Amino acid sequence: MWKDNLRGIYYIALKDMKTYYLKPPAVSWGIVFPVAWILAFYLRSPQDFEKLLPGLIAMTVLFSTTAAEAVVINLELRLGSLERLLLAPISLPAVLLGKALGGVIFGLIMTGLVTSSSILLFRPQVNMLYLALILLPSLLVFSSLGALLCVMVKEVFEAQTLLNFPRFLMIFLCGVVYPISAMPVGLMHLAYLLPLTYTVDGLNYALGINGNINIVVDIILLTAFIPIFIFPAAKLLAKRFA
Amino acid sequence: MDKTFAIEALNLTKYYGETLAVDQVNFEVRRGEIFGFLGPNGAGKTTTIRMLSGLSQPSAGAIRVLGYDIGSEIVEAKKGFGVVPEYSNLYGELTAQDNLIFAAQLYGVPRQQRKRRAEELLETFGLLEKKDAHFATLSKGMKRSLTIAAALIHNPQLIFLDEPTVALDVVNARSLRSLVRELNRRGVTVFLTTHYLEEAAMLCDRIAILLQGRIIVIDTPDNLKQRVKAEHACEVRFAPMPTEVMELEGLESVYRVERSGAGFRLYGESMPDIVQAVFTYASQKGLEIVFISTTSPTLEDAFVQLTGIAPEVMLVEKGVK
Repeated sequence: MWKDNLRGIYYIALKDMKTYYLKPPAVSWGIVFPVAWILAFYLRSPQDFEKLLPGLIAMTVLFSTTAAEAVVINLELRLGSLERLLLAPISLPAVLLGKALGGVIFGLIMTGLVTSSSILLFRPQVNMLYLALILLPSLLVFSSLGALLCVMVKEVFEAQTLLNFPRFLMIFLCGVVYPISAMPVGLMHLAYLLPLTYTVDGLNYALGINGNINIVVDIILLTAFIPIFIFPAAKLLAKRFA
Repeated sequence: MDKTFAIEALNLTKYYGETLAVDQVNFEVRRGEIFGFLGPNGAGKTTTIRMLSGLSQPSAGAIRVLGYDIGSEIVEAKKGFGVVPEYSNLYGELTAQDNLIFAAQLYGVPRQQRKRRAEELLETFGLLEKKDAHFATLSKGMKRSLTIAAALIHNPQLIFLDEPTVALDVVNARSLRSLVRELNRRGVTVFLTTHYLEEAAMLCDRIAILLQGRIIVIDTPDNLKQRVKAEHACEVRFAPMPTEVMELEGLESVYRVERSGAGFRLYGESMPDIVQAVFTYASQKGLEIVFISTTSPTLEDAFVQLTGIAPEVMLVEKGVK
């Protein structure tokens, strides 16, 4: 059965790449928005841009993965084609993992482009192992978060709207816009509940900037967020078709 | 594994919140038969198919499909059946061929067979010329055909067809029915829901009539017709034509007479008795019978009598008329 599931996950992700990656909502929220944001930060203060890189890469991970999830899940929910996948001889969690993998690959392409061009342009000190160990669970976490929120609604625009709440909350509290250490205690606690905080912290280590937590803790906590999002997403999807 | 039945449903029940959609339904579908599920909108046909195919969990009851328990062996069961949902839901952005290849990938058709199998099905459904056309650009009939082809990609032993001919024109509907028969001849068990009574009568070995979530009868089309309290009709034209309908109404065995075109339609319980009465009447009055035809109860009559629902109501509900 695990072979059936692995096959399903792979082909669902592959089909989603072919089918949805150039859909307008994926392009606007997953590509245009992060690029515009990065340009805005660069034009505002080119001299400090290097320090902002971890936050901007983290934001690219967040927006690209979640935008892709909204497309690969909600377009199919609306058109009824998600049902086809649930009728195939694979388990429901495997269907959802296939969908999450679609978001991971889209995020990986976008983040890879942003990260590699930033490294080429600004030549920061990069620890490639740390970078990979932080980016991989981060892509999975935000893709899973996207899947969780997207299965709650039907339309793509509803999903994008719903996703904006955690997206912007995390952007403002992850330490990029305002240092976590300077936040009021309540917000500080909230910041440590959000996965983007650990992505930014881990990327700080990976790009030669001192982080506040610990790279190992960042990796462990990010990994722990994956089941926290993906299991409820599978339950919600099952309930949706019950 | 039971070799006799393709589907066994035992006390199948489904609630949506407080609403009872399917109420303790029991039936078996034998391997190799075409089994029809008839009923008006909201009778529970699609809900039943969704439970049988593992898409929806029953609130109570047990299901075995191809010998597998749907609760615990769903993945194994799914390998043996295909489902054609009511709406054609393949991927608009993929070509006809890519849609079939994707279905083959999901169902584990070996890599070297996928393309060949897809092309065979495209040919069977007359879509080979459209293999590179995107699904979104195909006509309604072609979309329907391709959706059925996708359900057959893994050579299933059982196929669920939910309203397969809805929205198809006469030619496409007819060729689809031929295909269903052909599949059945090759040994595929067919579970069919339809609003078209004629279609069910033409295709099905047995029919279950569902009303308000309960099966009210399961039988062969012929037996269902025989269950109907007989109302036979005889259409007749005389020369010269009698002017008074009342004379015919007085005939023994005839309990109703209607004008029908240039003649009369006489209703009664026994066809031989009606025909006998017509000939006796003509002979007594010195009339020549220039036309006579008889009609027996149809599946439609059986359906109406068993459910109390006019067949037109189902078609209107479905947006067909």
